[in-house]
Amino acid sequence: MSQPLLEARDLTKSYGTVEALRGASFTAYPGEVVSLIGDNGAGKSTLVKCLSGVEQPTGGTLTFDGAPLVLNSPNDARDLGIETVFQDLAIAPDLDPAANMFLGREILKPGVLGFFGVLDKKAMRRQASEHFTRFGATLQSIDVPIAALSGGQRQSVAVARSVAWASKLVFMDEPTAALGVVQRERVLDVIRRVRDEGVAVVLISHNMPEVLTVSDRVEVLRLGRRVARFKASDTSVEELVGAMTGALTQEDAA
Amino acid sequence: MTTEKTTLSSLPDEQHTSLLKRLTGANTLWIGLVLLVLVATFGAIRPDAIFQVTTLQFLLAETAVLLVLSVGMTFVIITSGIDLSVGSVLVFASVSSAMAMNAVSGGDATKAGWGVIGFGLLVAVVSGAAWGLLNGLLISWAKIPPLIVTLGSFGAAQGAALLLNNGSNVSGIPDKLNRTFGSGTYLGIPNIVIVAAVVTALGALLLSTTRFGRYTYAVGSNEEAARRVGISMRGHLTKVYLLAGTLAGLAGFMGNAFFRVAVVTGHETDNLNAIAAVVLGGTSIFGGMGSVLGTVFGVFIPAVLEKGLVIIGVKEFWQPIAVAIVLVAAVWLDQTRRRARNQR
Repeated sequence: MSQPLLEARDLTKSYGTVEALRGASFTAYPGEVVSLIGDNGAGKSTLVKCLSGVEQPTGGTLTFDGAPLVLNSPNDARDLGIETVFQDLAIAPDLDPAANMFLGREILKPGVLGFFGVLDKKAMRRQASEHFTRFGATLQSIDVPIAALSGGQRQSVAVARSVAWASKLVFMDEPTAALGVVQRERVLDVIRRVRDEGVAVVLISHNMPEVLTVSDRVEVLRLGRRVARFKASDTSVEELVGAMTGALTQEDAA
Repeated sequence: MTTEKTTLSSLPDEQHTSLLKRLTGANTLWIGLVLLVLVATFGAIRPDAIFQVTTLQFLLAETAVLLVLSVGMTFVIITSGIDLSVGSVLVFASVSSAMAMNAVSGGDATKAGWGVIGFGLLVAVVSGAAWGLLNGLLISWAKIPPLIVTLGSFGAAQGAALLLNNGSNVSGIPDKLNRTFGSGTYLGIPNIVIVAAVVTALGALLLSTTRFGRYTYAVGSNEEAARRVGISMRGHLTKVYLLAGTLAGLAGFMGNAFFRVAVVTGHETDNLNAIAAVVLGGTSIFGGMGSVLGTVFGVFIPAVLEKGLVIIGVKEFWQPIAVAIVLVAAVWLDQTRRRARNQR
């Protein structure tokens, strides 16, 4: 197999006395969809936060494209082309979809106006609407606050935003959790298309059939460490559940 | 997938309808109508007294200082914060500016020229900014709730202002300043009102067209989202409170020019008046929504009520009661709209 794009080794993270990660490892290869699964409290969300710079691990090492990596803030990850769709979506409900998509990356007007920080709203709206169309987010209007959209539409906006900016890797923390059948299919479709463009996707999901359909590989976390790794094509829901619950362990996984 | 209708491509058409929809859906329009109805009602009862140039001039000039305070307050409330200190900061800036002008003119600045006046302006703005910076740093770095921080500086700035001149008003405001800036007019509009209007227009542009304004909304709308996209929360909040303090300093200087004296009392409820104006104007006390235009309406509703009630012979004590009703109704409206919206 080729060189890993992102590799985490023996990450630990504790919140006070609670150890959320106890030497967790994780690997993502370029241009693949890898699912990260585990029971509630296995440390999936914490791991993703550590890998996307939101939290700083207490111990362990990260490498990115073969070079050691330290993420002090989400900006560090973003600068490397790593984006995240958070479970709580992390969108500003009072801003419209275009504003949310460009939040922290605003396009400014050229010249003097730009010097004073004047936004080029038209350009942002145009580009945002292109992105949303491309990633299948259907919105009645791009001018309404996100809060006026349905849960599914909000999720589509969050997914489209991350995907639009990711050049190397996207983390998706349960991106299909709030979605109906059609929208779920569309998000899975987006995941495949992003992978086909050469961007690695890390999918966190509780839906095993979904994991098996869309992933190339699956990594299993249990009690804060990696307990198993599978190729999606030669594993089964039973095997995944077994690994998640501790009925099955692989010696070499950690 | 192919049968999916993507309405985004028809954006230009949609914008016109949604603009109208947005206007009618926004509190701003309704609050503007309330103001218009008030003016029309009082005007119908006593057209002779209401539409007099001097009445209007006086109404505008008196409201100018509060308007400048309220523009800063708008930014603060949109970040879902609050600033109780603006009135005290105004007094502090006003006293220190008057004393500074006196000091550089050998004790009495009444006959002083533009150099001294400019220095006084600088002192007012800088001392306002210093209090704003202190508020901002305590809120963003020490993570103390804005209510507590500004309650503290509300008391501290007032106390400091009293200490400066031993509790007395400061006279000796340059005549030149009062004649031009304080009581002068341009095409019938008081100069102090023109200054307030310029500040308000700049504030409105800053809020609605710039990245600074966008971040102000984002921070108030979802702090976590703003942080995750890499907006510096600390830096932005500090700047917002700095802005509010700076405007309070400017307002103090405007007060000096208008009243020809730096008064240490009479500003105890400026903070509440500014908050009421901002909230009346449709800015959400929960943050994330609001506009400077709404604040302009919100500033004038209590002012018009007060003037109007006096002119038509109703006891002016009814004014706070009337404002209170409108205020509570405005917040209730805001909350119902939010709840309806968030139910989806």
